[in-house]
Amino acid sequence: MIGIEHYIVVSAILFVIGVLGIFLNRKNIIVILMAIELILLAVNLNLVAFSAFLGDLTGQVFAMFVLTVAAGEAAIGLAILVIYFRGRGTIAVDSVDRLKG
Amino acid sequence: MIQTIAFYLFAGLVVLSAVLVITARNPVHSVLWLILAFFNAAGLMVLVGAEFIAMLLVIVYVGAVAVLFLFVVMMLDIDFAELRAGFVKNFPLGMLIALILLAELVLGIGAYNVGGVDLGTPQGTGAPVVGASNIESLGAVLYRDYLFLFEAAGLILLVAMVGAIVLTHRERRAARGQQNIARQVARRPDEATVLRQPKVGEGIEL
Repeated sequence: MIGIEHYIVVSAILFVIGVLGIFLNRKNIIVILMAIELILLAVNLNLVAFSAFLGDLTGQVFAMFVLTVAAGEAAIGLAILVIYFRGRGTIAVDSVDRLKG
Repeated sequence: MIQTIAFYLFAGLVVLSAVLVITARNPVHSVLWLILAFFNAAGLMVLVGAEFIAMLLVIVYVGAVAVLFLFVVMMLDIDFAELRAGFVKNFPLGMLIALILLAELVLGIGAYNVGGVDLGTPQGTGAPVVGASNIESLGAVLYRDYLFLFEAAGLILLVAMVGAIVLTHRERRAARGQQNIARQVARRPDEATVLRQPKVGEGIEL
């Protein structure tokens, strides 16, 4: 019998994999963005699981909002990535601190 | 029985493809594994009856976001081997923090299993409409209780779109010495040439 705990464990594992991805690929901002997508996917899975098992659709509504924000974030992040690459010829995140000031 | 098999299939595949997203050498492969992860997560959501969010996940993520990622990965000419330099160095610390995080999350789930914190009975208005499909009930809740938030979400998407366009838009300036064909064609002999009769030895003024 599949209960809510199964879903929460899966989404916890997904979340941790996302965080680990940010740690491991510290230079590659494309993979960092994908890891953020994984984290948001884990959040969505959690929201949907709670919504389904508690019989309240609010969680699914908020999963939709998370989806909206994730799509916007991916678009803006990739746009920044493209203009950064145009100006510098690399996407290594280490040198991004030159953007300050 | 079939639900259990389906759950473990989807759950195993989503975790496996997530691991491959962050460890794949080639970012194009990462994007493809990400697509697989989203498909399996959509399967997990279908399993609990959230069909609309599952469809949205496939349409929005696989159809738009993953394709956007693919475009960017393939458009930029990047030396990815150089970017993987810190992978081995960061592995122990990253693994340590990931394990701590996972242990904490599982601890929380265990506490929830034992009985959790008493939150009282839910009294929201988000209960599914009896006899209606997931999409119908979701639409009822969304347009009744969350109409303004829904509009705000639309505004966020609009701002994101305008921002992305403004950031990546490049003004095409006319380069120096660029040929303007319309001006060339419009040139007439009477405005281009002048007939003069200079006296010998005086030259002309242009």
